[in-house]
Amino acid sequence: MGVKKLMKQVFTKPKSLTDVPFTYCPGCHHGIIHRLVAEAMDDLNIAEDTIGIAPVGCAVFAYLFFECDMIVAAHGRAPAIATGIKRVKPDNIVFTYQGDGDLASIGTAEIVHAANRGEKITVIFVNNAIYGMTGGQMAPTTLEGQITQTSPYGRDSKTMGMPIRICELLSTLNSPAYIARVALTKPAYIVKAKKAIKKAFQYQLDGKGFALVEVLSTCPTSWGLSPKEANEWLNEKMIPYYPLGEFKNVEEVS
Amino acid sequence: MAKIIIDRERCKGCELCTLICPQKIIVMSKSFNKKSYHPAELMNPEKCTGCAFCAMTCPDVAIEVYK
Ligand SMILES: Cc1ncc(C[n+]2csc(CCOP(=O)(O)OP(=O)(O)O)c2C)c(N)n1
Ligand code: SF4
Ligand code: SF4
Ligand code: SF4
Repeated sequence: MGVKKLMKQVFTKPKSLTDVPFTYCPGCHHGIIHRLVAEAMDDLNIAEDTIGIAPVGCAVFAYLFFECDMIVAAHGRAPAIATGIKRVKPDNIVFTYQGDGDLASIGTAEIVHAANRGEKITVIFVNNAIYGMTGGQMAPTTLEGQITQTSPYGRDSKTMGMPIRICELLSTLNSPAYIARVALTKPAYIVKAKKAIKKAFQYQLDGKGFALVEVLSTCPTSWGLSPKEANEWLNEKMIPYYPLGEFKNVEEVS
Repeated sequence: MAKIIIDRERCKGCELCTLICPQKIIVMSKSFNKKSYHPAELMNPEKCTGCAFCAMTCPDVAIEVYK
């Protein structure tokens, strides 16, 4: 077909991803987030110099998927390991990839202090409002009233507190250079998410300081929803509580 | 003139591409792939605009777009 020959490839798998198929459930946003991180590495041509820290959680196998050096951290400790690596090898690009159980529960101390010290690392924070890997227990980010294995009657804020908004919390610190929250349920959101993730790597390249992007993500399996219903639930329930946007940006004088 | 290619063995049948396509030209196959999922298939390829929304949303990076 002559016309076919004239066509140009406008979308393909980024080079910074390996050929290994993802181990995530159908419709899980972890895969989209991996792709966006890999596209950012492609665009900035940094895969060769990048060291990623995988979490404990469903993304524990992230080292199989990224074409860069990877380490797996003990649960929640990725920011501590990233700190050590970045300080010893300041010319490398160092990122952590962490779920909300990992970052906002067992690893709360590590993330708060890494941010407060202004470590020049990039953090990709995947907020799916639940512990995915272990079968759907309540996370600090679980919404009020949300039913999980460990909140069978719904999260009750009287005894369990309100869901933690990590971006807002970390934005109260002086040191972070960039903090943003994004989602992936619409094409326009995906474009914005890509920009934010790229910026979070660019800021590290420029030595600006700590950068974190929170990605609102689905867990169709532990939410007990189809991928379509999970996207709708994210739009209807999560975005109103977790507003999208940039919370901190050293580039912009406010 | 645009075109997408779906890698039917990478596809996990999540249907997100069928929902996001503005032209509504992606459907789920009745057949199974090797992972036992019903993979996505392009119907009416002449209607594809090459917008790449399907590829952007695919969690398994199973779609390539040509334009
Ligand atoms: C020290 C320690 N405590 C608890 C666990 C059990 N555990 C494994 S993954 C996980 C939480 C995973 O949830 P999240 O970080 O939100 O990632 P997701 O799987 O949802 O992507 C827990 C509690 C562990 N592996 N190590
Ligand atoms: S359990 Fe949830 S977070 Fe883990 S791969 Fe499945 S859908 Fe994704
Ligand atoms: S490129 Fe756009 S029009 Fe073509 S199949 Fe994908 S979403 Fe539909
Ligand atoms: S979005 Fe990807 S994995 Fe999901 S049905 Fe479409 S091609 Fe398959």
